[in-house]
Formats: sequence, C-alpha cells, structure tokens
Amino acid sequence: MVAISAVGGYIPRLRLDRQAVVTANGWFNPALRAFGRSERAICNWDEDPITMAVDAARQCLGDRQRDDIAAVYFASTSAPFDDRQNAGIISEVLRLKNVATLDIGASMRAGTSALMAAAAMVGSGHRPVLVIAAERRRTAPASSLELTSGDGAAALLLSPQEGIARLIGQRSHAVDFLDHYRGHGREFDAVWEERWIRDEGYLKIVPGVVAELLSATGVAASEVAHLCLPCTLPRVPEMLADRLGVPRSQLRDNLFAGCGDTGASHPLVLLADALERAKPGERILVVGFGQGCDALLFEATEALLDARPTAIASALARGKRETNYQRYLAFNDLVPIEKGMRADVDKFTPLSTLYRKRDMLFGLVGGRCRICGTMQFPKSRICVSPNCNAVNSQDDQSFADFPAKVLSWSADYLTYTPDPPAHYGMVQFEPGGRLMADFTDVDVGKVDVGMPMRMVFRIKERDPQRGFVRYFWKAAPNAGSAASQA
Amino acid sequence: MATGIRDKVAILGMGCSKFGERWDCEAEDLIVEAYEEALADAGIETKQIEAAWFATAIEEQHVGKSGVPLAVALRLPYIPVTRVENYCASGSEAFRGATYAVASGACDIALALGCEKLKDTGYGGLPQRSRGALNSMYWANVSAPGSFAQLAAAYRAKNGVAAQDLKRAMAHISVKSHHNGSRNPKAHLRNQISMEQVLGAAMVAEPLGLFDCCGVSDGAACAIVTTPQIAKAMGKSDVISVKALQLAVSNGVEAQHNSWDGSYFATTRIAAKRAYAEAGINRPREELSLLEVHDCFSVTELVTMEDLHISPEGGAPREVMDGFYDADGKIPCQIDGGLKCFGHPIGASGLRMIYEIYLQMLGRAGARQRQEPPVRGLVHNLGGFPHQNVCSIAIIGAHGA
Repeated sequence: MVAISAVGGYIPRLRLDRQAVVTANGWFNPALRAFGRSERAICNWDEDPITMAVDAARQCLGDRQRDDIAAVYFASTSAPFDDRQNAGIISEVLRLKNVATLDIGASMRAGTSALMAAAAMVGSGHRPVLVIAAERRRTAPASSLELTSGDGAAALLLSPQEGIARLIGQRSHAVDFLDHYRGHGREFDAVWEERWIRDEGYLKIVPGVVAELLSATGVAASEVAHLCLPCTLPRVPEMLADRLGVPRSQLRDNLFAGCGDTGASHPLVLLADALERAKPGERILVVGFGQGCDALLFEATEALLDARPTAIASALARGKRETNYQRYLAFNDLVPIEKGMRADVDKFTPLSTLYRKRDMLFGLVGGRCRICGTMQFPKSRICVSPNCNAVNSQDDQSFADFPAKVLSWSADYLTYTPDPPAHYGMVQFEPGGRLMADFTDVDVGKVDVGMPMRMVFRIKERDPQRGFVRYFWKAAPNAGSAASQA
Repeated sequence: MATGIRDKVAILGMGCSKFGERWDCEAEDLIVEAYEEALADAGIETKQIEAAWFATAIEEQHVGKSGVPLAVALRLPYIPVTRVENYCASGSEAFRGATYAVASGACDIALALGCEKLKDTGYGGLPQRSRGALNSMYWANVSAPGSFAQLAAAYRAKNGVAAQDLKRAMAHISVKSHHNGSRNPKAHLRNQISMEQVLGAAMVAEPLGLFDCCGVSDGAACAIVTTPQIAKAMGKSDVISVKALQLAVSNGVEAQHNSWDGSYFATTRIAAKRAYAEAGINRPREELSLLEVHDCFSVTELVTMEDLHISPEGGAPREVMDGFYDADGKIPCQIDGGLKCFGHPIGASGLRMIYEIYLQMLGRAGARQRQEPPVRGLVHNLGGFPHQNVCSIAIIGAHGA
C-alpha cells in the first residue's frame, strides 16, 4: 500500500493585484485584460522554490519523527541551482540525515512525476518518501503567463501504510507536445497558440491517460469526487471534465484567484487543497500536463477526519495585496534599478565555512548545555551562561521550531535591502536563547516589542557576481499566534 | 596588588585636526595637522617620543594596515609603532597603550594618535563592510543606526515611556549638542537646530531620524603622555593626569543569553564602576565636572547617562529635558558638540574626547569654556552594537585632585 500520510502547502503572502499588471501593460497587449481579475501569489524578494519547499515540508512533517524517511524528491522547473542538488539543500534544512535525494524538473509534469516515482519507491522500499514541488516561474513582463502564473509549493509524505488518502493507481504518457518550452540558458518560455494547446493538447492527451487509469482501477468517471486540473486556459477545465465524463461540479477550483498556476507544483497544490475538503471514501483524480500527461487516483480515508490538512486554506487567507507592479518587477530582477553603493558589498561565501557550519546555517542548530541547560545560538565551546561557562558541554539543539518574541527592533532605511525598510531585531526564544535576526513578512508600523514570531528559512543575500544564493533563517510574525498582527 | 593608573601618567600635549568633510586632505594631512598642535603644546621634538600607538578602525578605506602609515607620516625614528583597532573605541585603545607604556616605566614619552578618513566612500554614513566570513552568513542586516535604535524600543518597553516622550528627550540631546557645536571652530557641524527640525527629520532607523545620528567625519587627534614628574620638570604648572582607564568588552552574554533586556549597555555599567573605583570617585554625580560620551546616536547618550550611574534608571529622559546635561547645566555632556557635531572620525574620537576635557581643564576651550573650573572629566568611548560592544571609560583630572 502507498498512501499520503501528511500534507503541507505554501503560498507566499504577497498577492499581486492582476489589475495593476493590466494597467501597466494593457496599452501594449490589450488581450491581458481577460486576466485582470483577482490576485496572483508572488514571492517576497527573499523567497524562492527552496524556501517555499522548506516551509511546505515543515508543515507536512510537523513534529512527526523524521528518522524513517528514506528519500526526498524535489520537483521544480525554477530551482535556483542547475548543479547543486536542491533536494539536498532542503534535506539539510529539514535535518533529514542519510536520505536519498532527487531533483525532478524540465516539465510542468515534474510534480506529478515526482509523486509517481516516489510512490514506486515507497512500494518497493517500504519506507516513507517526502515529495515536494515548488515553483517561482520567471515570466516575461506583459506576457499572459505573468498573469496566470503564481508562486507556491506543496509537500506530501508518502508512506507504506494507511494514511489520509490511499493511492489507487497512476498512469503516465510522455508526448513531445510543446505548448511551451524554455531553451537552455533562456530567461523566458516560448509559447504556442492557445486554441491548438486546447484542442490537440489537453482535450486529446489527457482523456487517453485518464481513461486508462480509470479502467485499470475499475473506477467510473462519475465516481471522481475531486478533479484536480491545473489549467488556466479559459473554459478548458470544463470542456475536459465533459470529455472525461466527470461532472463539472466535481472540478476543483484551480486557485486562479489568490494564487495562480504554480507550474509543476500546481497539481500537488490542488491535491493538498482537495484533501482539505474531501470526505472519507471520496476519489481524487490529479492530472499533471506537460509534454504528456500524468494521472493519479487517490481515495480519502477515515484518517482524514482526525488529521485534516489546512495549509492551503490558511495560506490563501493570509495574503497581503500588492498593487505596486514595479515592486514585483524589482523583486524579480525584471527591471534594472539603482540599488545604491551599499548594495555593492561583495557577498562571497566561503564554501568550506558553509559546509563546516551547515547544521548551524541550514538547521538553525545551536547548543543546549548539558550541565546547566542554557540554550544558546550559535553553539560555542564554552557555555554562555555567566554562572556556568562549562567547556565542551553543548549538545545540538535546533531552534527552528521554537516560538519567539521580539525583545527589541528597528526599521532601518539606511542599510541595503531589496525591500526597505529592513526590519530586524533581537528575538528571544521561549525555551531560551536569542538571536539578532532579520525579520520578514512584516509591515511598517506593525512591529513591536513582545510580538510573537516564528523562524522561517529565507534567502539572506544573493551573490550576483558568482550566481550564489545565501540562505539563513529569519523571524516572521507567528500567524498561528492569537496576538499576531500579521 | 594592582594600584591602577591614577595619577601615574600626565598629558604633556594634545592636538586635534578640524573635523569634517576634508575633501582636500589625505589621512596623512589630518595626522600631521593634529600632531603639529600636540608637539607644540608638549614643547618637545619628535625624537623624544619613544613609542607610538596608532588607532584606525576602517583602515581598508584609507591608510591600510599596520603602524607604518603613522611612522611614515610623522617620520618617527624607527621607534615601536603599534596599530590598534577596537571598533569605535579604537582611539581610547591608542591612549591606553601609550599611557600604560609610560606607567610601566618602559618609556618616558609616548604618543597616541587616532585618525580616520571616512569621506572617500561615496555615500553618507559609515562604509558597508564584511563582518567576517561566518558572521556575514548569519548576522542580521544591521547598520549602526538600526542596531542602536533598538535601545529605544527596549527602553520604552522596560520603563513604560511613551514613544513621543522618548523621542523628545532624544531630540533635546541633539539640539543641545548642535548648540554646543556651534561654538566650536573645529566642529564638523556648526549649525544650531530646533526641536521641530529634529522631530520632523527623515527617518534613518526607527525611531532615529537624521538629527539623532552623529556626523561621519574625517579627522585626527593625538595625545603625548609622560610621567607627572617629567611634565613638571618640563615646566608644566597645571598638570593634567589620567585618573582611570577602563575597558569592558562584551563576551556574548548580551547577544546570546536572556539576562540582558536590550535597554542599556552592560559594558558601560561595569566599566564605569571600575573607573570610579580606580579614580577614587564615590559619588560620580557630585564629583564629575564634565562628560564626553559616545553619542553616536541620541538614544545612546540618553541611556548612557543612566549606565554611568549619574541619572537614576528610567530617569534620564526627565533629566535631559530639565537641562541637567546642557552646557550650563549641572554636568555638561558634549560641551564641544560631541560625536553629533564635533564629528566622528572613528579612530580619532576617543582622543578627541580626551582633548576636550584637557582643554576645558586648562581653560583653553574658547567660546565654549565651562565657567565653573572643571576638576574631573569622564570620557566614554564605545564601539560595536548595543548587544555586542567594547566600552572604554577614561577619567582625566587635575593632577593630585
């Protein structure tokens, strides 16, 4: 048996007002007006597929023990590194030791294909596999993709025993059908005509795969309670549902409003969303489309009632509207702006230091003194407590999941940040210890002493000279806390 | 049993360049400008100097490393020259080196010189620079104003002070320092300002506005020290001597241990107590005549008034507003304009503060001269961040007082 045992999802807090994009670009491409409604999710300047994947995976794993996880599969077509395994970075951050890792990309099917490969591995290896998909697609300004895309991530833990949804079957056909492609070294996608994509692509390729899957599993199309079709072409989901024989009422919202199409991660985002509503016994059909089609069929179980996921709904609810299109362009390096000389400092990262301190920098691992119990970050040879100062007394202690509160803070307009003012301050962890930390996802005028925070893994700095991304942890308002002002 | 530094070392001469945007000067020009004044004041020749300490903090922006730039600029005759750096308290380090050398008997006459040429960065404020390989990977994106501004947030929370009341007390500090600086011909900023200007200025780092921040300047300052006996033998009638020299350096407790509340300087409180003990001062509020403190930001000066054990805890805003620290108040603070207006060429600042106390003691401070003759002055020179810093305290006074 292969089942989904836990789910996580992440949709970044910033939501770009599509009308702002249309207002800026409609003079050039009036056809964009067709998409000028609601908002799409956009990454903050310090978010990317790695950071979103980490957040989705942290939600998925919660406080579950992680020792039994055999592998981490990461799917994305927009991962920050071409040659440095992104799944490996994520595993370090999640403190998953001795796992197999795999990056899967190069198609909008990457998310569903990762899920299928993971299912096969769980079936043969009898140990859980974590599948994460995350996407921050780079789209050309004034393109329709800019309006239909969204940034986001989803994470699913597949296990060899009963979970919240059982995998009933899966099918895949590869077809070199190019609705779009992105050549090596190219910034943006090249796209083909929508009517052809609809008629020769979605409406011909998907039904064949789905029919095979339903036939092989003995499930009638009418028995599909949740149809997850990640497609933003107008009317195509409805036409496809008709073609598949699934009642239109069973089509899951494609989350165009508030999120947008999260690319390779979107089938998984829609699946996570479906699991937030499915009733035990209901069938969920998930489709991945891109140079072919993947289809997976799940059945929700009774366990869902006790472990109802909420990631997508709560992420959708915490959006912050962004009406400044120029800020979106700046965050995504789509327009050159004068950053000032303070941005010029060399961001060189010594790789040997990074490796030596990877527990500290990726896992936020500090120390806990086994003599006096004092928690401290970073770890050091001599305990910081003035009443202890024991030598070599510290055990590893991750601070990543410790709730924290603001002790002191400022909003700094002098230092360089892509999104001034830079908020930072001393946060104090409830179990002990503190860190002078950058803040993220905060609003001007809303930060104060005592504010509850949680630690999140984010981009600290980019090194444009060497194409390196430096990650570390920041403090963000703790949305789960009642006193939060986020 | 250690007996401390009190009255073991005298200041033979001092010099200070004009501080400011010295666009036409190299560090060498500033060094020589300060040195010529000190040498004339001391009444000696270069060949009589037996050892020198050179303070620079951001040397990569001007002279580069080592003691060589000082030795070359002054053509020192192959004597020991040591370059020191300890954040913004570097000038005090140079003074400590020279003073200890004389006190130890290793030499009769020593030089301390600090210099910084900061205005070649292309922008306002201190230059952006690396914090060290590992620090750069996890430290928050702090600037100097953003780290010191946090004192205000923590101070408000701890003492229940309304944001606007604290902001007004901070503004009074800046207005006062500009008033004092306007009477100082060597000061970088000589304009007087109003409360309204301060309160309405652009925000730099919440709640610090433009006028809550000190000037970033070019400048140099120096001291020539000897023993009191030699100073007298050389004909000095009013001998000014060192009463205390203390340095307290953060060991990570404030940054890592939850015992510090973020509203004060742990180092200053400790260094001040040690300095008072070394100088034989029991009641600093009664026994100190003048204060020169490290007012890099208005809020730093405010909390320092409490950390020096002069204002009661939580009482500084009221005493500041009452004019206790004004030029005509009970204990003037920054009678020369302070870092705020005299300016802040980092390596020179600690020595500049000593220079002011020295001038005031000798009645040579011109238009800003304190009328009531000062007996003892305290110099507080701080470097780093509130949560991780070095704090130097020197007490200077009439020999034997």
